[in-house]
Amino acid sequence: MAKQRVKFTFPPQLVQEPIIWRLGKNFNVVTNIRRADVTETQGWVVLELEGDMEEIERGIKWVEEQGVRVDPVPGDIMEG
Amino acid sequence: MSFAKSLRCRECGRLYPLEPIYVCEFCFGPLEVTYDYEALRRHISRRRIEGGPYTIWRYRDLLPVEGEPVDIGAGFTPLLPAPRLGKALGLRHLYIKNDCVNPTWSFKDRVVSVAATKAREFGFDTLACASTGNLANSVAAHAARAGLRALVFIPADLEMGKVVGSAIYGPTLVAVEGSYDDVNRLCSELAERYPWAFVNINVRPYYAEGSKTLGYEVCEQLGWRIPDHCVVPVASGSLFTKIYKGMKELAWLGLVEWRPLRMTAAQALGCSPVVEAWERKSYDIRPQRPNTIAKSLAIGNPADGYYALRVLNESGGYGVAVSDGEIVEGMRLLAETEGIFAETAGGVVVAALKRLAQAGSFAPDETVVAFITGAGLKTREAVEGVLPEPVVVRPTIASFEEAMARRQGALMASKGQGW
Repeated sequence: MAKQRVKFTFPPQLVQEPIIWRLGKNFNVVTNIRRADVTETQGWVVLELEGDMEEIERGIKWVEEQGVRVDPVPGDIMEG
Repeated sequence: MSFAKSLRCRECGRLYPLEPIYVCEFCFGPLEVTYDYEALRRHISRRRIEGGPYTIWRYRDLLPVEGEPVDIGAGFTPLLPAPRLGKALGLRHLYIKNDCVNPTWSFKDRVVSVAATKAREFGFDTLACASTGNLANSVAAHAARAGLRALVFIPADLEMGKVVGSAIYGPTLVAVEGSYDDVNRLCSELAERYPWAFVNINVRPYYAEGSKTLGYEVCEQLGWRIPDHCVVPVASGSLFTKIYKGMKELAWLGLVEWRPLRMTAAQALGCSPVVEAWERKSYDIRPQRPNTIAKSLAIGNPADGYYALRVLNESGGYGVAVSDGEIVEGMRLLAETEGIFAETAGGVVVAALKRLAQAGSFAPDETVVAFITGAGLKTREAVEGVLPEPVVVRPTIASFEEAMARRQGALMASKGQGW
C-alpha cells in the first residue's frame, strides 16, 4: 500500500461538491484529512491518500478532471 | 557543535528530532529548525563572528549543522551603497546586496551549502533537486565539492543553454516530459520512495535556514544595524521570511538593536500569488500558472507564501507586482547606474523600488536595501533584443567621427533635444 500527501484547492463553484467523498467511493483510496480551510467562496484541504499507487494516481487524475487543483503538500518543488 | 534544538511544526507546534523530515506527521504542516537561544546568547558575540571566514560559515553558530561544511565560498557578498541608482529613484540611502557574486552566481549557494552539509551529515549519498536554473547549478556544484551524487530534474523543454551551468559539474540530469506540475508531483513521489537528500523536500528545514545569512550579513555590513526597509524578490517565500528571521535573531541575541523594519515583497505580475493575496488583504494564496520572463521567481504555488504574507503584514511592508517590460527596464537601470548586471529577479526588485519611490512610499532618510539575488548572464535572453546595436565603422578616423556624430544626433533626438 502506498501513501501520498496532497493539497486540493477548490474553485468557488466546487466548494459545495462532495469531491473527497466521491474520491473515496469511486476509487479504492482511503482519504484522511489533516488540515483544511474552506469558506463559501474558496477552499483548500491537505489530506493523505492511501491505496495502490496506480489507484491513487487514477483518483488524483479524476479529481483534477473535476476542476480541483492538486499539488504536493510542500508546494511547488521545482525552483528557478 | 550546533545550537539547533529540534524541528517544530509551524502550524501545530509539535516538536520533532533533528532528522531528514520536513512535514508534521500530525497536521502535515511544515517543520522549522529551533535553537537554544539562551545558550547561543552566552556563546556568540560580534567579535566571534567577525573573526570567522568570509563566507556564510562565519555564522555557523546560527546554522543547524554539526559536521564540516560543504563550502565552495558562498556568502559574504558585497553590500554596496547605490548613489546613482538612488539618485535616479530619489532615494538617499539605498544599498544593493549583490548576491550575483556567489560561486554559482546566485543566492542559492547559501541554502545549498547548508543542505549539502546536512545531507553528508545524515549519511546520504545523493543530493537532488528540481530546477530550471539557479538551484540546479548550485546543487550540482556543491554535490561535486562534497563527493555526493547529484540528481537534477529539469523540464524536457528547457533550452540547452540553461543546462550547461549545471551539466559542467557532472550531475545526472533527468529531463522530465510533462508540465511543471508533473515534475513537481514526480519529485514529491520520488522523494518518498528513494533515500536521497532532496534539497527542498526532506532537507528543506535545514536548506531554508541558509537564507538567514543574507539578513545577518546586511546587518553586520551596516555596522551591526538593522536597515529600515528591505526589498526582496519572492518566489517560494522562504528567502523573504528567513531574511526577517535572521535579523530578528540578531536582535534576540543582543547583537543588534531591534528597530522597525519593513519587508517589501517584489514579484513579477505574471506570477504574483503572494502580492495578489496581499492586495486582497487575505492570507489565502491562490495558486497561479506562471507566465513571466522572471523564471527564477516563477513559483505559482509557493511553499512559504502564507508565512511570507505574515511577515509582510507584521512588518508593514508592501507587495509590488511588476510587468515584464518594467523588469527589463529595471535590469537596464541597475546595470547603467551601478554596473551590476542582474538576472530578471533583480529587474523585479529595481522595478519595485521605482514603483514605491514614485508612490512616495519611502521616507526621505530611510535606509533601503535591495536584494539582488542572481547574475544577469543567466537570463541574457531577457535583454538581448532591447539593447542598442554596436556602432559599425570602417577603419578610418573619418568613418568613426561620422558614425559617432550620427549616433550622438540619434541619442539627442531620442531625448527630444534635437540639435
